[in-house]
Amino acid sequence: MKFKSLLLALAMTGAALPAGAETPVKIGMITTLSGPGGYLGQDIRDAFKLAIDMEDGKLGGVPVELIVEDDSLKPGQGKQIADRLMKNDGVKLFTGIVFSNVAGATVPDIVDSGAVYVSPNAAPSNFAGKECHRNYFVVSWQNDSLHESAGQNATNLGYKRAFILAPNYQAGKDALAGFKRYFKGEIVGEVYTRLDQTDFAAEMAQIRAADPDVVFQFHPGGLGIAFLRQYQQAGLTGKIPMVLAAPSMDHVTLNAVGEAALGVNVSSHWNADLDNPANKTFMDAWQKAYNRPATYYASQGYDTALLIASALRQTGGKLDDIEAFNAALAKADFQSVRGAFKFGPNQHPVQDWRALRVEKDGDKLVLKTVGTIFTDHGDAYAEQCKL
Amino acid sequence: MTLLLEQLLNGLQFGVMLFLLAAGLTLIFGIMGVINLAHGSLYMIGAYAAAIAAERTGSFLVAVPAGLAAAGLAGMAMEYLVIRRLYARDHLDQVLATFALILFFNQTVTLLFGRQPLFVSIPPALNGSIEILPELAYPVYRLAIIAVGLAVAVGLYLLINRTRIGMLVRAGATHRDMVRALGVDVRLLYTAVFGLGALLAGLAGLMAGPILAVQVGMGEQILIMTFVVVVIGGVGSIRGAFFGALIVGVVDTLLRAFLPGLLRQLTTGPEADALGAGLSSMGIYLLMAVVLLVRPKGLFIANA
Repeated sequence: MKFKSLLLALAMTGAALPAGAETPVKIGMITTLSGPGGYLGQDIRDAFKLAIDMEDGKLGGVPVELIVEDDSLKPGQGKQIADRLMKNDGVKLFTGIVFSNVAGATVPDIVDSGAVYVSPNAAPSNFAGKECHRNYFVVSWQNDSLHESAGQNATNLGYKRAFILAPNYQAGKDALAGFKRYFKGEIVGEVYTRLDQTDFAAEMAQIRAADPDVVFQFHPGGLGIAFLRQYQQAGLTGKIPMVLAAPSMDHVTLNAVGEAALGVNVSSHWNADLDNPANKTFMDAWQKAYNRPATYYASQGYDTALLIASALRQTGGKLDDIEAFNAALAKADFQSVRGAFKFGPNQHPVQDWRALRVEKDGDKLVLKTVGTIFTDHGDAYAEQCKL
Repeated sequence: MTLLLEQLLNGLQFGVMLFLLAAGLTLIFGIMGVINLAHGSLYMIGAYAAAIAAERTGSFLVAVPAGLAAAGLAGMAMEYLVIRRLYARDHLDQVLATFALILFFNQTVTLLFGRQPLFVSIPPALNGSIEILPELAYPVYRLAIIAVGLAVAVGLYLLINRTRIGMLVRAGATHRDMVRALGVDVRLLYTAVFGLGALLAGLAGLMAGPILAVQVGMGEQILIMTFVVVVIGGVGSIRGAFFGALIVGVVDTLLRAFLPGLLRQLTTGPEADALGAGLSSMGIYLLMAVVLLVRPKGLFIANA
């Protein structure tokens, strides 16, 4: 009896202490930091850290501790890290995963154990529809949307015959499905490459033989650089134009590919030149802190941090009541660097999509915003989601 | 028809790249009995050294010796400091140690050069493509890779079969103790062979630079294929590595290029492409299984 009351007293003093004031909120960031996709995770991490640094170690006025772990693009490893962080460190809030195959293995474990996952990038179709979850939020986009915007862009530009390629994994399939949903012309070739493939000579020959109006391809990170350079080496640049979604042409790809990228049409939800105060603040801070071009991964990492900050501010840094925290997240009460931002019924973004083009600014190549493709665009799976 | 020919050339080019890696791997395994998982790291070191030399000097002619020297020296240092202690140990220890080397090299490269891929331009003399047949233009640089690969194959053949060092290498592979008993400095021989293997891996890496992205982890992507080549060709046999590499390169490329199209004619529906992609990436492993079933020691048994 005495022991019990002692415990009770202890618990009460614990509750009386202003929770979260001393102990920072732990945020688990599982991301890809090694291998060809390593710079994507690095940008997400650095932008997230930047948001924390801009608030002197806090998010939304609440002290936070960011625990960063590398999943090495291995689904199994992502899952293990999540288990360990939840069991040993008591982490209840996760973010960071870059690749959909890692997300596919890791996210269900996290949200089913009652923790919250806020995606700064990967958003496979299977989590957007029937399997949507109250604890699962996506700041970036639903995978298909990236490529729906590219499909619409290709239609807008008047192309009739398209050759489309993507790696053979969930995000690749989502990419081609998304492109086809909004491309009104004919698909003359559809090729799935390997996710670890870096030599695309065989695909170049197929493209040349099919002689399409336009090529659409989705190859994130280093894969995209290899693809574009080999496209040039095969003599296809300038002959067959290319329409891309943001992941296949970020600022790093652009710098690496150089002149071969000139004139490529890109569609994206964010661009470095977007004229809004939040984006200006972000770009200035990023340049000052890291002095390298910001990719859209960085913008998403930063937005994710701002969203989490908004929810922490509303709940006073408490994660005990997950429902309240979710409700705070769902309000999306933050200024996104991409402009207008709100969540759809499946807690995926509803946002605008822009047409960009690679142009020359002096002797530098830049991605320039040239128009709007969609306004307030959600995703195709939202209807199937019953939350 | 020209498409088939072009894909054959692509397969050949991929094959000679695999050969350069597989030759070193198979020599090291055949002669020293060491499974060197870090062979891909030497490929990466060659690519990075060449990329950085090319960036600093702007000349591919400087990049070539830089890449070769870096890979060769790294290989010999690896042998002297780590592998040398593993000859007497079993394969599990070797796998563990060389796996650790992969992590070590990847992390070192990340610390030194960051995670963003490096960019190497094709040397101007080899830029562009030439029409080797009417309607068939092929990139000059890829033709150059094929030429270099075939030249290395001939050179290795002469080195192994016509020189004194080659004789020692062959003898070392089959009768290690006898060679030692005859007073040959086996340790020096081992270091030299390891350095040669590293040199070839570095050559493959520096040639791959202008085509692929030079990045951390590039070695592991190709290493698995290289092991398939070594197993198909027969462990320890240079000739096996050569033919195995060409078979794997051509089969892999042709499957990737034509299988989805064939499947699309048989079955309709969106799954045909995904199925084709899946089957074609399994192709070389199926090939390996069949080869092992028919000839358990590979196509060419070393020194048989």
